[in-house]
Amino acid sequence: MNKVRKAIEEKGSEVLNVYFTAGHPTVDKIVDIMQSLQENGVDLIELGLPYSDPLADGLAIQKSSEIALKNGLNLNILFEILKQSKNDLATPVIMMGYYNQMLQYGDEKFLDKAAAAGVSGFIIPDLPMNQYESQYLDKFKERDLSMSFLISPMTEGDRIRQADRLSDGFVYMVSQSSITGKTGEISDQQIQYFNRVKDMELESPRLIGFGIHDHNSFKTASAYADGAIVGSAFIRTLENGFSKEKVSSFIQSIRG
Amino acid sequence: MKYRNPDEQGFYGEFGGAYIPEMLYANVENLRRVYQDILDDPTFLKQYHDLLRDYVGRPSPLYYAKNLSTKYNTNIYLKREDLNHTGAHKINNTIGQILIAQRLGKKRIIAETGAGQHGVATATVCALMGLDCVVYMGAVDIERQAPNVARMKMMGATVVPAESGSKTLKDATNEAIRDWINNAEDTHYIIGSAIGPHPYPDMVTKLQAVVSEEIAKQIFEKTGKDYPDYVVACVGGGSNAAGAFYYFLEDERVKLILAEAAGKGIDSGHSAATSILGKKGVIHGCMTLLMQDEFGQIEEPYSLSAGLDYPGIGPMHAHLITTKRAKVYAATDDEAMQAVYELSKIEGIIPALETAHALAIIPRIGAKPDDNVVISLSGRGDKDLTTFMNYIPN
Repeated sequence: MNKVRKAIEEKGSEVLNVYFTAGHPTVDKIVDIMQSLQENGVDLIELGLPYSDPLADGLAIQKSSEIALKNGLNLNILFEILKQSKNDLATPVIMMGYYNQMLQYGDEKFLDKAAAAGVSGFIIPDLPMNQYESQYLDKFKERDLSMSFLISPMTEGDRIRQADRLSDGFVYMVSQSSITGKTGEISDQQIQYFNRVKDMELESPRLIGFGIHDHNSFKTASAYADGAIVGSAFIRTLENGFSKEKVSSFIQSIRG
Repeated sequence: MKYRNPDEQGFYGEFGGAYIPEMLYANVENLRRVYQDILDDPTFLKQYHDLLRDYVGRPSPLYYAKNLSTKYNTNIYLKREDLNHTGAHKINNTIGQILIAQRLGKKRIIAETGAGQHGVATATVCALMGLDCVVYMGAVDIERQAPNVARMKMMGATVVPAESGSKTLKDATNEAIRDWINNAEDTHYIIGSAIGPHPYPDMVTKLQAVVSEEIAKQIFEKTGKDYPDYVVACVGGGSNAAGAFYYFLEDERVKLILAEAAGKGIDSGHSAATSILGKKGVIHGCMTLLMQDEFGQIEEPYSLSAGLDYPGIGPMHAHLITTKRAKVYAATDDEAMQAVYELSKIEGIIPALETAHALAIIPRIGAKPDDNVVISLSGRGDKDLTTFMNYIPN
């Protein structure tokens, strides 16, 4: 079993996956942020690869990506940083990036370097499931890298089954039909969707993301799934710079 | 049918497909399931062609440009898309897509625009059909295409500036896609170029194909030959070229020529010459040629013309280029400007700055005195007057 699935199963419930954009607010704090997240008991770390055109992302992640790229972060630098620090990090690291980033770097080289840097899995929101299955699944398995596919409230049943079958990390439930970074309350309609998927009794664990930004939304999401993913809210916390205290009080505010 | 139709997954050779986040999947898939049936439906076709005739003013003339022909010692015919209602070819597509949106029961329309021609064409059909319209436009483009912004607003559209990245067409497209993710259920996204996830490139191409269908008929009437020797079109995303080429794609007697924007020069670092500077990759949901760095970060293109500064190119065009079915030339800002002034002076037609790129490459394509060269005069230059007036010739 890969590290991502194992971490989720060991935790059992209220799994907390925290996203941040690598290189934001600064490149030299990437490792500090990850270590702080680990010290505060975060179960999975999702490292965003800053991209020029992040289609699925709201303003917070767009801005953080722009800053990270201005800070000079690129994949060569990131893989090197991760490789240097991997022995100090037990928490599984998942990379979230867009397909073009993997494609241009050279897909095999990309996966080799990620595996060597201690990365445990990927989320690539614009890589079609069929193409993953025919072209990449074996390459991921060979390197013990997990994949997690997204589903949304508009995803039909057979496609949810396909995402379940191909995700050996977790099924990433996009909480609503929207880009990242919303801050409203979770609606009844969303809860119906959470229940609908829960009743499908998927093989894979489910984590709910998009719009999970505080204790209430985290608790609600965790009640209907194995846990939740927090991204934009954490990015906003880091906007004016990193400190250990900020990270620990943020995680406390989510966990409650 | 080597070039004309994509496969079931939307691929033209190695280009095309649908690389989209899951939140868009249901909408795009729904469109994929129904678009071909709608395009083939007699009721749709009647509505579409009636509107093209009575509202747009089709067929647009094919005009033998005598003075230009004399100057370049060949036979040049201008396909007058500039005479369409709203002043460019863009409306052929928006008429078709608004009818499709109505059939899908959508209440709200979004669009991206570069030069503003597609935005205007979208605002126009929304006014006609009484649908809400939001147009995303790069903040930089809003400034350089003020008359088109005013037109869109007069017709009731909301124009939203895209403030990210280079603040031009690419960023407007990103914003439109994000809007569509947020409003998937009630909104149809009218993409204006032959780009985006399948089925958009094919759908836009087929809605623009009327241009080449008319050219084929008109060139026969004028020359007694049932094909032109050359068809020349400028290309940004590629809707104009797709329409002008479509009917001739499988007819290898017809040389297909694309004119892209070299901006300040291909190697100047300020260019939009995608076929030369681009590599295979994913942009706005399709695999195509695009300008990017070694890490796949999409580069910011440059052209003085707001309709051509797109870092990618339609997947059908990428296929035509890599298989050498179409040949590409690049024209600089200066060359395009000279072509604007030349056509204005010797033919009395002020072309759009985008279109002028196609005119600028005429001397280079190798046309012989007996050849018939059709140039897609894709738009009129009214929207560019400020740019023309501010231009200081080198």
